[in-house]
Amino acid sequence: MKVPVVRNVLEANEQLARENQARFREKGLLVLNLMSSPGAGKTTLLERTVDALKDQIRIGVIEGDIQSTYDAEKIARHGVPAVQINTDGGCHLDSRMIQAALPEFDLNNLDLLVVENVGNLVCPAEFDVGEDYKVMILSVTEGDDKPLKYPLMFSKSSVLLINKVDLLPYINTSVETIRRVALDINPHLEIFEVSCQNQTGLEPWFAWILARVPHYKSV
Amino acid sequence: MHEMSIAQSIIDIVQQEMARHQVSRVSVIRLVVGEFTAVVPDSLTFCFELITKDSPLEGVKVELEQVPLTGRCRACGEEFTIREYRFVCPACQSGEVETVGGKELFIKEIEAE
Repeated sequence: MKVPVVRNVLEANEQLARENQARFREKGLLVLNLMSSPGAGKTTLLERTVDALKDQIRIGVIEGDIQSTYDAEKIARHGVPAVQINTDGGCHLDSRMIQAALPEFDLNNLDLLVVENVGNLVCPAEFDVGEDYKVMILSVTEGDDKPLKYPLMFSKSSVLLINKVDLLPYINTSVETIRRVALDINPHLEIFEVSCQNQTGLEPWFAWILARVPHYKSV
Repeated sequence: MHEMSIAQSIIDIVQQEMARHQVSRVSVIRLVVGEFTAVVPDSLTFCFELITKDSPLEGVKVELEQVPLTGRCRACGEEFTIREYRFVCPACQSGEVETVGGKELFIKEIEAE
């Protein structure tokens, strides 16, 4: 006997993502889901971003890692609330984990919440957490073939930060190729070329965030 | 390896459907999986076997129907297969392409005994 089902496999996560999203809207929060492979520079980008913007907007950070509280401690040293989620082997954050972490924050006193996902260029792309935008980092040392090899994340992201551009003179990576292929996959992608190490190219990224913070616009 | 979470989600849904239709045994689960999802079919069936071991769903066959990535141009209406993830219309070169197939990830039906 055939029983028709026709149900989205990820429906449970997507339902929770909608709940998270409704809560964020109610609180007037901008929520970003930051994704990249391990070592591309997510935490360093966050440190730079927090330092540049913390006097203008109130920032909170959720750090997702398989193990350790290293990253949350690092961010907290910059003077903003940071909560660590350990997935204990899990390769991505999901909406349930985010929901569980929210009581750790005073959401009425936040303008921007950044979720730093587990370092992985594949799995996090499939799991919404209720964010407004997915933001990804690709560091130039990973190579210019990555958009073609991991198209889903490029397709789902609104912003691509190409990081570590200070290393370009030493490697065979073409930023032009990254841009061309990434834009073939997602013509609406906003691309910023940055070096978190040398702190260059970051201003347009900061401006991108500020333009989208509901509270900041209303001040 | 998020195929493990996906396998668990499939089991949750199938168990709900079994209860709803008062079915005690399932022999086949039919899934529709788009080409543009981060799901590796072999990895999914492997995870499924692993977590259904010693459970009522042990031995259930998982059949995957794969859907190619296709797009429709918003500018000229052309429908085409998207190759090498170029979301650009081959007819008019517009980048305003809507994905019409390839993002599916759903349980289509179960075969119950």
